[in-house]
Amino acid sequence: MKRVYVNEEWCLGCHLCEYNCAFANSGESDMVKALKGKPIRPRIRVEGDDRITYAVSCRHCLDPLCIRSCISGAIHREDGVVCIDREKCVGCLTCVLVCPYGAVQPGPDGAAMKCELCLHNAAGEPACAAGCPNRAIVYEEREEGQA
Amino acid sequence: MPGIDYFYPEFEVVRRDERCIRCRVCERQCANEVHRYDAERDMLISDEAKCVNCQRCVSLCPTRALKIVRSDCRLRENANWDGDTIREVYKQAASGGVLLSSMGNPKPLPVYWDKLLINASQVTNPSIDPLREPMETKVFLGKKPDRMTRDAEGRLKTDLTPQLELSMPVMFSAMSYGSISYNAHASLARAATEMGVCYNTGEGGLHEDFYRYGPHTIVQVASGRFGVHEDYLEAGAAIEIKMGQGAKPGIGGHLPGAKVGPDVSRTRMIPEGSDAISPAPHHDIYSIEDLRQLVWSLKEATGHRKPVIVKVAAVHNIAAIASGIARSGADIIAIDGFRGGTGAAPTRIRDHVGIPIELALSSVDQRLRDEGIRNNVSLVVGGSIRSSADVVKAVALGADACYIATAAVLALGCHLCRTCQSGKCNWGIATQRPDLTKRLNPEIGSQRLVNLLTAWKREIMELMGGMGINSIEALRGNRLMLRGVGLNETELRILGISHAGE
Amino acid sequence: MKKYLIIGGSIAGVSCAEGIRSRDGEGEITLVTAEAFSNYGRPLISYYLEGKTDIPRMSWRGEDFYEKNRVQVRHGVTAEKLEPEAKRVILSTGEALSYDALCLCLGSHPFSPRFEGLETVENRFFFTTLEDALALEKAVGKESRVLIVGAGFIGLKCAEGLRDRAGSVTVCDLAAHAMSANLDADCAPILEKHLAENGLRLMLGDTVTKFEGKTARMKSGKTVKFDVLVIAIGTRPNVSLLAEAGGAVNKGILAGERMETSLPGVWAAGDCTESMDVSAGEAGLLAVLPNASLQGFCAGVNMAGGAEKFDKGIKMNSIGFFGLHIMSAGTYTEPVYTEITEHSCKKLFAAGGVLTGFILLGDVSRAGIYTSLIRERTPLETVDFEALKKEPSLLPFGQAFRAKKLGGAV
Repeated sequence: MKRVYVNEEWCLGCHLCEYNCAFANSGESDMVKALKGKPIRPRIRVEGDDRITYAVSCRHCLDPLCIRSCISGAIHREDGVVCIDREKCVGCLTCVLVCPYGAVQPGPDGAAMKCELCLHNAAGEPACAAGCPNRAIVYEEREEGQA
Repeated sequence: MPGIDYFYPEFEVVRRDERCIRCRVCERQCANEVHRYDAERDMLISDEAKCVNCQRCVSLCPTRALKIVRSDCRLRENANWDGDTIREVYKQAASGGVLLSSMGNPKPLPVYWDKLLINASQVTNPSIDPLREPMETKVFLGKKPDRMTRDAEGRLKTDLTPQLELSMPVMFSAMSYGSISYNAHASLARAATEMGVCYNTGEGGLHEDFYRYGPHTIVQVASGRFGVHEDYLEAGAAIEIKMGQGAKPGIGGHLPGAKVGPDVSRTRMIPEGSDAISPAPHHDIYSIEDLRQLVWSLKEATGHRKPVIVKVAAVHNIAAIASGIARSGADIIAIDGFRGGTGAAPTRIRDHVGIPIELALSSVDQRLRDEGIRNNVSLVVGGSIRSSADVVKAVALGADACYIATAAVLALGCHLCRTCQSGKCNWGIATQRPDLTKRLNPEIGSQRLVNLLTAWKREIMELMGGMGINSIEALRGNRLMLRGVGLNETELRILGISHAGE
Repeated sequence: MKKYLIIGGSIAGVSCAEGIRSRDGEGEITLVTAEAFSNYGRPLISYYLEGKTDIPRMSWRGEDFYEKNRVQVRHGVTAEKLEPEAKRVILSTGEALSYDALCLCLGSHPFSPRFEGLETVENRFFFTTLEDALALEKAVGKESRVLIVGAGFIGLKCAEGLRDRAGSVTVCDLAAHAMSANLDADCAPILEKHLAENGLRLMLGDTVTKFEGKTARMKSGKTVKFDVLVIAIGTRPNVSLLAEAGGAVNKGILAGERMETSLPGVWAAGDCTESMDVSAGEAGLLAVLPNASLQGFCAGVNMAGGAEKFDKGIKMNSIGFFGLHIMSAGTYTEPVYTEITEHSCKKLFAAGGVLTGFILLGDVSRAGIYTSLIRERTPLETVDFEALKKEPSLLPFGQAFRAKKLGGAV
């Protein structure tokens, strides 16, 4: 399955992935309209210090703790992609409690939110990878279990 | 010097605030620290005095909120004292120093390529469609025999001196590791390998990681002799003796100690942090005879298995110089025109020394033919080859191949801001700062170079096909394929071509 | 064809069926549940009262789960007797079901101390099942005064669920602080203040000594008038089915890391079990939904011949009250980091070179990174713990870790 992978050797810490993510998931067709004057809620997060930067988003684990732990059964797989049914989610954030990557966060309406590989928006394929200026974030197939 | 800023900044940063989403990518990406986020006012502010117009921020701004424009705050119009000239006086009056700049000569001197036009077949001779018919762009650089010879049994003698095989008549010219980044080198090395051409180490030595690209590497030996050792010479496909460079003929080079980090230091075989100074001349070469000694020393050192290139800047008596080199035992002469780029050069030298490559090439080719020694050497020309059309024109004027560097760094993202000497290249090319060099991912860089060469190769084949020529060898020195426009008699004579319409 | 029998239709039971089906597509699975509803997360019942979910959405694995996984379900039936030698279970219907592999997902039952006069209270409820919630929904009206005994998370979630439905909600607890099992004296006051600001009346360090109809006489001498009483003092694992059949039981059913009981062919999972708590280094009740699910799945895989382990169990909880999130995990040993503000609290506990527990109140971002440290028993000397204390991120784990975790499928 294709996943989003991050190679920190090439991450510039420019944070564009966060903005591209927030835009892709905004439902708007214009980035300015979508993001100007608002706090962004990206599903990918740039971490690091002044030397190292990298972005973290849902790993779509082979055996996701969040799916097992979700009290409402809102987290499920769609063709391998770990997705949250925000109608079912009650916002208890048990997924935030168990995700070892810190890749789930509360959304604006209280329901949990995470990367769904742009499966449910108009971007077509992950906007973070498509917009990464240095190909630090890639969306590709890698052998499972291979680093 | 205290007090007054004598001139208004050269560029203005125009930010369309209605588009700015405060993502701060401009701030994060500007090594010159032009942009700054003011949290109190929730806005980005710019100090245009620091801007070099490299347009990194413009390219990365996701909402196209930014542009950099030339300031319209000018001094009174003066055709003699233009703004740049006055600015330079101010600068020198403040600093007392030699002006430094980089990349190629930006002055509006004639570009002869643009005054040459290429022929095409019509009616009386057929053109060739490169999509349907084979088209050969491969070239071999090196000495060629003057005539066919046979042995006692009458078999053709085919033992040639070493040749450099290129899939197309284009190579990446010398840029040292030090002047450009590791990742820029990696991009060039990978692309040269993929395309079946060569890149050139410059005089910075060869990083240990790049030995595997050896068959597509030209290793340079220059006046500083940095990084030269046996394995280095053995690693390359050819060895280039650098006598001069088009951007700064007659002077040496200077890599500031700040750029000599651990890796550069190891590769150049000099102490970390020390200035790498290449002397103006090779101190062991004061004559063609001395040059001949070095050429043969290098051949001896590598078992006569590598062609030796001698690179010179195009200067006034280039034809005579080339004649000497062709007799020195060199296999290839590389001539670098006055528009050639550099990572740093004194501005006056860059802008006022040397001659155009087009004129140098045609006079050298003619001189070597006249003297019957054209086959002794191949000719490679550089110094602002900007497109496939320039390549075709150069070959028609007599070149065996071209060197490109500015076009290559443009492909890597260079925006020709001409401040390489600052070491703060925002595109990760002309810098050694780790946070900046990582901006050039060689995976992207090499792909862009491959794309560029692939496109040029296709265009070369189309231009050749139009002329009814299916082999680049048949174009070399074929000046009948060129006509001049707007050139005077002398220029036409030197170029060895007729005027358009003739 | 193997015959699987699962007793219990909550998360452990459903996960067990998933575990079996992950390895065995053929075997016959029968699931017996006492409830009329099954396959829903019990913690959802307060959200149901709050109107954040409804019965169709509460289905944990979807209404077609049993059908899709070819699970025969028997609703409203209880298992009365286990005969391990005969490998069969006698049901409340008198029927005997034989099995090759049995999984007991018996859950727990609410616990109530003997309150004097409790029998005089007409409207009294527990709050652990959907049926409890539905009954409460009926019993509570706009004017109702609700008294909840127990300020643990069941009691407080119930209080949150009922606040907008009832006239008033009072919560009392003998402990000095709210959620005393999860929070300490530093963190609890922030929650208490928040609950009070959101309209709950808390009576802490106080409990009922005697009920007289609609009046509760408190230990402090106060009296509380109420219409509806909810007992939310705690739960106890259901162990009798196994214990009576001779299986090993402590507080809960003793199941090893493969979730197998002392009786051959009998597995157990969920709130009825006692498992190794890796943060405490000893077995205990780890009765929270994520563990039930992990245990159930593990049991299912092993029942079908696999080799799954449940060996990273800890207590952990994520809960929110009126927008204030609280997370806690593991065992509170030595506090190694404390950060308290007016609206937030963060405490980390470590012992023996590993993180053993934490409390987060307010900012719960990326808490899973801490949880993972506890579960994996990551030696703190292998990470930059000083940096981690301040902010959970992957930076302190080092490049090799990140290359593996962010560069491959995990």
